[in-house]
Amino acid sequence: MPESRKAILGQIRSALRRGPLADACAAALDARLPTHTRIAFTDDPLARFIARFESRSGTVVRVASLLEVPAAVETYRQQHGLPARAAIARPLADLPWPADFAHHPGPAGKDEVLSVTACLAAIAEMGSLMLASGPDSPTTLNFVPDHHLIVLHEAQIVRDFEQAWALLRARPEGLPRATNIVSGPSRTGDIELTIQLGAHGPRSVHVILVR
Amino acid sequence: MKISSPQFKEKSVIALADPRLRQALGQSRKGFVNKRAELVGELPEFERLRDEARDLKNHVLDNLDHYLERYEAAVTAAGGHVHWARDAEEARCIILNICQRVNAKTITKGKTMVSEEIGLNEALEAGGYTVVETDLGEYIIQLAHEPPSHIIAPAIHKTKEQVSELFEAAHGGPRKSSVADLVTEARLVLRDKYFQADVGITGGNFLVAETGSSIIVTNEGNGDLTQTLAKVHIVTSGIERIVPTLEDVALFLRILARSATGQETETYTTLSTGPRRPDDVDGPEEYHVVLVDNGRSKMLGGKFQDMLRCIRCGACMNHCPVYGAIGGHAYGWVYPGPMGAVLTPLFVGLDATYDLPNACTLNGRCESVCPVRIPLPQLLRELRHMQHQQGIRPQGEQRALGAWRFVAERPSLYQFANRLAARVLGRLGGSKGRIASLPFARAWTDSRDMPAPEGKTFLEQWQAR
Repeated sequence: MPESRKAILGQIRSALRRGPLADACAAALDARLPTHTRIAFTDDPLARFIARFESRSGTVVRVASLLEVPAAVETYRQQHGLPARAAIARPLADLPWPADFAHHPGPAGKDEVLSVTACLAAIAEMGSLMLASGPDSPTTLNFVPDHHLIVLHEAQIVRDFEQAWALLRARPEGLPRATNIVSGPSRTGDIELTIQLGAHGPRSVHVILVR
Repeated sequence: MKISSPQFKEKSVIALADPRLRQALGQSRKGFVNKRAELVGELPEFERLRDEARDLKNHVLDNLDHYLERYEAAVTAAGGHVHWARDAEEARCIILNICQRVNAKTITKGKTMVSEEIGLNEALEAGGYTVVETDLGEYIIQLAHEPPSHIIAPAIHKTKEQVSELFEAAHGGPRKSSVADLVTEARLVLRDKYFQADVGITGGNFLVAETGSSIIVTNEGNGDLTQTLAKVHIVTSGIERIVPTLEDVALFLRILARSATGQETETYTTLSTGPRRPDDVDGPEEYHVVLVDNGRSKMLGGKFQDMLRCIRCGACMNHCPVYGAIGGHAYGWVYPGPMGAVLTPLFVGLDATYDLPNACTLNGRCESVCPVRIPLPQLLRELRHMQHQQGIRPQGEQRALGAWRFVAERPSLYQFANRLAARVLGRLGGSKGRIASLPFARAWTDSRDMPAPEGKTFLEQWQAR
């Protein structure tokens, strides 16, 4: 409502006892570069990512090359007794998947139990993964299946949020519709503060870490 | 939402006598308090981060018009729509209009306190829509037809047994007794709803002026399913939730979860920027943000501006001994605990909320844990002062204070009255030195004895030295 917009901005300015900011002030605000305190840590970012991610019940397996990813997925699938089908993000579709393994690039439907995706980065600070939505990374793959497997290259691990934002800003297409920072399996404490995994999103988030 | 703050005292008495509430509150609060202390202790930077967060919020409030305009431009550039709502009614209208235009039937909701504030669910239901809360806590209280009793743990007042009864009544048997089974049951029921939904409504922890993104910080993933699977995503947020840049978001991500649930981070932090792109295969086709003022701009530039720094973490109520004894419902509106005792009078008026600023011992624990250093006890004192100025404090109290002032301004009279009172009360205390019942102080002596003065007044003893 245009009159509401005008009224709210007018009320804000009258409360602040001034009119709209002068162009020079506005330009100074737009040029502001925040330098907030970052968390100091000395541990190796890779080791820190794994330790923090696992502390929230995420799991990590390490493989030597991208070509070993299908075998790692197969091992996970058999360990958890899952059917031989998955939603697999497009960039991973051409890996040597077993012949009897049915897969599609998404979106994930209601009965999807397993997804395998890439990611934009991992953030060592708190042990999180960052996924950017797009045709190569549908958001439903991150939230609908019970099991979410994420392929991460060691070189993709950044130190903190600030470095992760730089990757987002460097994208020629701008920010994705959804940027998902995922720090473990879905959980809830809403009943008597008892932590229970698998509230609405994946019950298990498993990282396949490629050297 | 209906206001029942005038019944604060009655509701507190009932709450204090409710054993299930005491059990639920006792178990839960300890978890929040201990886990926060543990995590904050591990982070040497924490106090500095609190200072920076306070300063950043002040900077945003001083330039709120500018950042709101920048935010609006960025949302529009990303293909989204920004709507401005002066009050609750305008906000409801905007959302109802969108739902009507897209011919919605089922509406899913992630957790949003602003939607509680504007009474959204009642309005949507009256409009004939099916509204489903998807946050587990919100879902539980929706089944119980109750308002939330905590801003981040809305069903904190419910025991597992009560949840089990509610689920059995809503979903049919067999009755589940473990938390794991109850969570699975809700997961399966709500899964269908996400896929049926036409409109998904979430809140916004932060609105980023630089990018036009709205951010939700959650543990369950329900907010993400809500906004990804519905055809239309609507964000409801207060105008004060703006942050300038992504770097500023990082600052808040470092203190929010630690202060709120005592986690290093919540499981999901999601930035939503506009609707689905042309080549996306999922995500909402429309993206709307409803910016709600509803009294916030009036708080700017005045004695209560500090309250606009609030990031809704709930630490103040987790640490409040009054909230811990009576729970959130007694406060009678949307926001309970110390932050609610400040906000509710400002949003709905001083008259209907008389008891809230007075239900505080001024112990200062809330301020000591507030991540953005809101001086909550000082604001509560300020509200009491306003009550006095507007003459809405009880006549008896006003007269008693007047009498006390008359005496206190006359030192010899004051000392005489003190000597007299010490002698009389000392006599009343008898050999035990305790008074079991005292007129004018029944609220004290009904539940415990009053210790009696022993001997002379302090001034007499001082002079005798």
